[in-house]
Amino acid sequence: MTPSTPSCGNSPMSLLDVEHLRVEFPTRHGVLVAVDDVSFSIDEGEVLGVVGESGAGKSITGLAIIGLLDRPGRIARGTIRFEGQKINGLPKEAMRRIRGAKISAIFQDPLTSLNPLYTIGRQLVETITTHNDLTLSQARGRAIDLLNEVGISAADRRIDCYPHEFSGGMRQRVVVALALCANPRLIIADEPTTALDVSIQAQIIALLRRLCRDHRTAIILITHDMGVIAETSDRVAVMYAGRFAEIGSLRDVIKSPKHPYTVGLMNSIPIIGHEIEDLPHINGSMPRLHEIPPGCAFNPRCSRAVDRCRVERPGLMPTGNPGQMASCWVFDKESGNDGNGR
Amino acid sequence: MTETAGNGAASPPLLEVRWLSKHFDISRSWLKRILTGQPRMVLNAVDGVSFKIERGETFGLVGESGCGKSTVARVVVGLYHPTRGEILFEGRKMHGRSRGTMQAQVDCRMQMIFQDPYASMDPRWRVRNIIAEPIRAFKLAKGRSAIRQRVAELLIQVGLSPTDGEKYPHEFSGGQRQRISIARALSINPDFLVCDEPTSALDVSVQAQILNLMKELQRRLGLTYLFISHNLAVIHHVSDQVGVMYLGRLCEVAAKRTLFNRPQHPYTRLLLDTVPDLDMTNRQRQPVGGEVPNPINPPPGCAFHPRCPEACDRCSIEAPQLRSSEETLVACHAVEEGRL
Repeated sequence: MTPSTPSCGNSPMSLLDVEHLRVEFPTRHGVLVAVDDVSFSIDEGEVLGVVGESGAGKSITGLAIIGLLDRPGRIARGTIRFEGQKINGLPKEAMRRIRGAKISAIFQDPLTSLNPLYTIGRQLVETITTHNDLTLSQARGRAIDLLNEVGISAADRRIDCYPHEFSGGMRQRVVVALALCANPRLIIADEPTTALDVSIQAQIIALLRRLCRDHRTAIILITHDMGVIAETSDRVAVMYAGRFAEIGSLRDVIKSPKHPYTVGLMNSIPIIGHEIEDLPHINGSMPRLHEIPPGCAFNPRCSRAVDRCRVERPGLMPTGNPGQMASCWVFDKESGNDGNGR
Repeated sequence: MTETAGNGAASPPLLEVRWLSKHFDISRSWLKRILTGQPRMVLNAVDGVSFKIERGETFGLVGESGCGKSTVARVVVGLYHPTRGEILFEGRKMHGRSRGTMQAQVDCRMQMIFQDPYASMDPRWRVRNIIAEPIRAFKLAKGRSAIRQRVAELLIQVGLSPTDGEKYPHEFSGGQRQRISIARALSINPDFLVCDEPTSALDVSVQAQILNLMKELQRRLGLTYLFISHNLAVIHHVSDQVGVMYLGRLCEVAAKRTLFNRPQHPYTRLLLDTVPDLDMTNRQRQPVGGEVPNPINPPPGCAFHPRCPEACDRCSIEAPQLRSSEETLVACHAVEEGRL
């Protein structure tokens, strides 16, 4: 395994630095490794898209960063540094103060993220007063400002509505407003648009982009939808079976993917205007956590697999494009390959 | 208008839907209505939808959630009874008074594939029994060995192994389960499949496998599909004809190429505009405001007018009807008046 330099960011100290993160779930049938050797960094104001199929470990990575892994899940290895401070392994109370104030999260289903028994105003005010030293009326004013900012019209009237009185898109806007309560530096958005209709999806994406620009907030956008990534991200990480298959700038990953999995994934997406009879597809499906093959996890589905891929696991290696790295032996310098992997 | 399938105008389309409406009564109980003075409430899930599907073709129905796509599918296969309108299968009326023998004849030529491969199978049945159920129900094969033989053929046809028949659904991944649903649908040799979001619950690389399988089966067995999806790219990939639905009505029907190259209805344009740009052409998008209104209280006139950039007074009063404009059927006053 190559101990790759994780930092693909430009500044000497990134906002968030994740190094060799490994998340395990001990079960009766042995230890399941949900995330393995994941390293990346993200700068302020940057949107990092994390894409992968269901079960690839995207959400677990997000939960590990924000310290919300459910038992028995645990961070078995690696460090997570936020603004230079190590945040994994912090005591509960210290982590609680960071969560919400500096790092916040948006989840997929806006209905389950909101308490149906409280008005949205009460939920916003509670979050605001937890993290800021404001009086109730000041907090209410701030809540109205936030609702306006996320594009809810007549916010001063609708602040006293209950979540069920809002439509799906409006609820997701409220959830975004909740995430913004304490002006966080980093937002982890886990499938924020998946439960929404396409036209609403486009509105939420535009909203996230604008927030990122105006507040210099960094966003880790977790999704299975390459389209959403293409519309929002600056850089993209592709996850497969708990590991990063590839990471690079949006344009590089979409237009010239390097890892055979990313290549197959990009080819298998139908695109309007491309007239083809059959879509190129990858055979088989992603292995479940308890049956990840030795060597490269993708080797049974890979058309380019050689003996080494079945034995030895590749780490992220430079591909030749600046900032683009792929975990594939094709790019191993020592084997004399020129990195022209496709 | 739909083109004729090539074998002359004499043969009717495989399926024709005429002025189909499906209304659901969602009123509260009689007593509660009396006590609170509320009127009856009716949800017009589908309102005056007409289209034709030629044999061997795929008709794609696209729209956002709640627009009535799935209700159309369920009425077509007979899970719901239409409120108004009629459905003709090979020119013969379904859902008529003679429900019974006619219905049974049509039923065994039509099958449905559902969205969620986790919910559409009994978890306590072995796969071979799941696939054999329609065969037994329609008595298409007699005797254990004949049924077993047929199930094995079907499993091979969808790219699984005959030994998979002994397993239970939980032992399969989402894509494999959807293959099992397809095998179950094919078990009675249908001509017509209604596919309600068959790939929406699947990951993209698996979605491509299922779409390829469905196209291959269509070529090999001459199947006709009614394919429902909210994903325009998937609809573009599979369809010959495409219908766009909004709040229970069809707003545009056209051949695939015409619809995607020259969309006419403002809603179709809006939908196409929201498709993410994977070609990285840096196309500028027009932000679209608003959301799909509540179908219980749809806006008067054209249901799309509150979100439509081209709306005028007429649009808020009079509901537009589908009219042909060039090669497209479109329901829009602005197109009809030449403002677009």
